[in-house]
Amino acid sequence: MNRKEKNKQSVMVVDDELVVRESLAQWFAEDGYRVGCASNATEALRVMKEGPWDVILLDIKMPGMSGLELQKHLKQVDPSSIVIMITAFASVDSAVQALKEGAFDYVTKPVDPDHLSQLVRNALRQRTLSEENLRLREHITELVKGGELVGDSPQMKKVIELATSVARADTTVMIRGESGTGKELIARLIHANSDRRYFPIVPVNCGAVPESLLESELFGHERGAFTGAQYRRKGKFEMANGGTIFLDEVGTISAQMQVQLLRVLETKQFTRIGGNEAITSDFRVVCATNRDLEAAMKVGDFREDLYYRLNVFTISIPPLRERRSDIPPLAEHFVQKYAVMMNKPVVEISPDAMDLLVRYHWPGNVRELENVIERALVLTSGKSIAKEDIPFQIAQSSLKPSSELLTDMEKIHIESVLVKHNWNITHSAEALGIDRVTLYNKINRYGLKRP
Amino acid sequence: MISIVAIPPVNRSLVTNVKTDLALVFPETIRSYGNIDVHADMVFDPSRKQFNASLLLAIVLDQTPGIEGKILAVTGVDLFIPVLTYVIGEAQLNGRASVMSTFRLHEELYGLPANPHLLRERVLKEAVHELGHTFGLIHCRDPLCVMRPSAAVEEIDIKGISFCEECRSQRMANSA
Repeated sequence: MNRKEKNKQSVMVVDDELVVRESLAQWFAEDGYRVGCASNATEALRVMKEGPWDVILLDIKMPGMSGLELQKHLKQVDPSSIVIMITAFASVDSAVQALKEGAFDYVTKPVDPDHLSQLVRNALRQRTLSEENLRLREHITELVKGGELVGDSPQMKKVIELATSVARADTTVMIRGESGTGKELIARLIHANSDRRYFPIVPVNCGAVPESLLESELFGHERGAFTGAQYRRKGKFEMANGGTIFLDEVGTISAQMQVQLLRVLETKQFTRIGGNEAITSDFRVVCATNRDLEAAMKVGDFREDLYYRLNVFTISIPPLRERRSDIPPLAEHFVQKYAVMMNKPVVEISPDAMDLLVRYHWPGNVRELENVIERALVLTSGKSIAKEDIPFQIAQSSLKPSSELLTDMEKIHIESVLVKHNWNITHSAEALGIDRVTLYNKINRYGLKRP
Repeated sequence: MISIVAIPPVNRSLVTNVKTDLALVFPETIRSYGNIDVHADMVFDPSRKQFNASLLLAIVLDQTPGIEGKILAVTGVDLFIPVLTYVIGEAQLNGRASVMSTFRLHEELYGLPANPHLLRERVLKEAVHELGHTFGLIHCRDPLCVMRPSAAVEEIDIKGISFCEECRSQRMANSA
């Protein structure tokens, strides 16, 4: 097992003295390395092509190009190879220069064999570690990117585009949207595409935490800070160091918390409750709200200075009813998800059922749709989800529109038919009993967008 | 067939012992070849007070024509190869000859009381190691295998005197 491993590792020896090349070659060959030799720079660059070479032993003093100069060229050919400089003359200057140019280490002849084998082993281990690090980083990127964002509508495409473009910078982002539209998913998407992706994203649902505990949740507390505080606790701001903090429902926090929050955002410093030490944390802020912050500001419920600090870059996620073409792919996605979870066969959604789903106005948005599908899967015993598997209220509501306006009703109806026929204009027009031109006009009038 | 060659100055009893002890590991016949006298100026480096191991190997080969099997030359002088401060032994990988020094194996060199038993064991391990190279074996990562590389005596003491499973089968394959 080890022999085969070692056989893959290779060492190139570059030295103008034949006896040095031969003894080192022999020495490394005994260890099972693949060895290559070169007596000068030109030869070395040629031998490089027979690589890759894991470790390169380079003599500094050689006729022609010096080892120091050659090192730069070799690193250009293969930046990941490890260079160890060897020389007969100990010179601090050349040693420092070699290391600055990226040499792994510097040894003088004659070398202690124990030291040399240790050195080469460490050099190889470093190379393995940095390759592993690279691989793992790519792996994390894969894992983190694979989110659950489904939806081909132009609106969602725009949201995703905005999120990816702002991700790179450290800009504070505010995500607006009704409850259940996927604000946390967008926050995670932003984090995954940022330079902070290898550090955590720490979500805090400010609306779910009781006021009294929110301070402790955010800033942490020391032992004995209040009754029940038996141990020191790090707060979410501290845990987000290096990463992102996601403040969900930021519109719900009290006036007092707003002051504290503002200070932390400005100074990136805070103390734990009951503590004295000022803690610094380097975090990026993404926040979300489904409230009308502007209105809250007007009546004094939300501080203006905090608002301007948070509202630097806004992404608005439209409610599901404004992008009905997302409903079928979402519904199918959830069927897949829950069928797998429940160990049930993946079923189709009958056209009747899908029609109901597309027409409903979804006050709970995607979250509500997810619940409906989950429920339907539990209930259905057949090969498909039928009309009967959809909750009664939805069925009712789908047929009775929420608005009395004729235009609203027409808009919903046209959109539903378009979705049903996959935006095929001919079939949709036929189903609606109008001609294609009229349909195009209506699509324009209602601002319906093709996915 | 394995021939043991002494290169003076060397402790006679160490050479006799290793000839006996090698039978524990090698099935081949082990015999004593006798001495080879080496002219100091050919291999000795006065500034380093060491024999040049590579040159010594060449001489051993030169002065033992027609000997079949493997040769192990033992000397009491410290050995070196130009780029390293010292070597304990040197061998031709899958070749005929090997050379080793008993110099660094004495406890007294490290300021500790002499230990003849330990010395004998170390000489045997190094002998097996260098001969292993002549049978085509490379260094092994198994900490107990005699083919594990050991530049320091403490490491020699940890490893065993024989080959691990993998090395043993490799040797058989090479001899076939």
